[in-house]
Amino acid sequence: MLTISRSLYDKIVAHARADHPDEACGVIAGPAGSDRPERFIAMMNAERSPTFYRFDSAEQFRVWREMDDNDEEPVVIYHSHTATEAYPSRTDISYASEPQAHYVLVSTREEDTTEFRSYRITDGVVTEEPVSVVE
Amino acid sequence: MAIEVRIPTILRTYTDGAKQVEGSGSTLAELFTDLEQRHGGLRERLVDNGGGLRRFVNVYLNDEDVRFLSGLDTPVKDGDTVTVLPAVAGGAF
Repeated sequence: MLTISRSLYDKIVAHARADHPDEACGVIAGPAGSDRPERFIAMMNAERSPTFYRFDSAEQFRVWREMDDNDEEPVVIYHSHTATEAYPSRTDISYASEPQAHYVLVSTREEDTTEFRSYRITDGVVTEEPVSVVE
Repeated sequence: MAIEVRIPTILRTYTDGAKQVEGSGSTLAELFTDLEQRHGGLRERLVDNGGGLRRFVNVYLNDEDVRFLSGLDTPVKDGDTVTVLPAVAGGAF
């Protein structure tokens, strides 16, 4: 189960809406081993594409180094799908490489509702998990 | 002195859990071949069958992405730090 604060949930949705129709992506860092998402980091989508996302490698280097220095890890890795459902695609699964992370997918295909779902992706196996939003 | 290599969580199964290992070589390709002798299986996760860098990983020499240098032919020397990170990417299909 992913437990996430209302304010971080809202930040992910706002980022996805702002970048629509391009895919938005980012990370929420938290203390290593805590499973607690705390620090919101919106990342650039180096592809600037409605169907693909990729972290800019230089930005990723800086952010990962910073997490390492702070003894943090990526607790949530999120991105949006802008015309399809919030379910990991084949490409998402083939790239997924943080087994301890919650992979959050949001879909902005509907204008008035945002689908928000979370998954574990380990060795190519996708497991959906409940999302608990806390105030 | 040696070249320090920082290993991401997902590849630490090849380094007995170590976050950091050391190796030697005059290019990145040589360094990976050297690491393979002590950390069997690691090289295959970094280098594809065509001898290029796998698209699923980012490799940095100090703080430069080696794709913007000379890829696996990038020269390395003692005292350098090489960082491996999983590429974070995906898409709708």
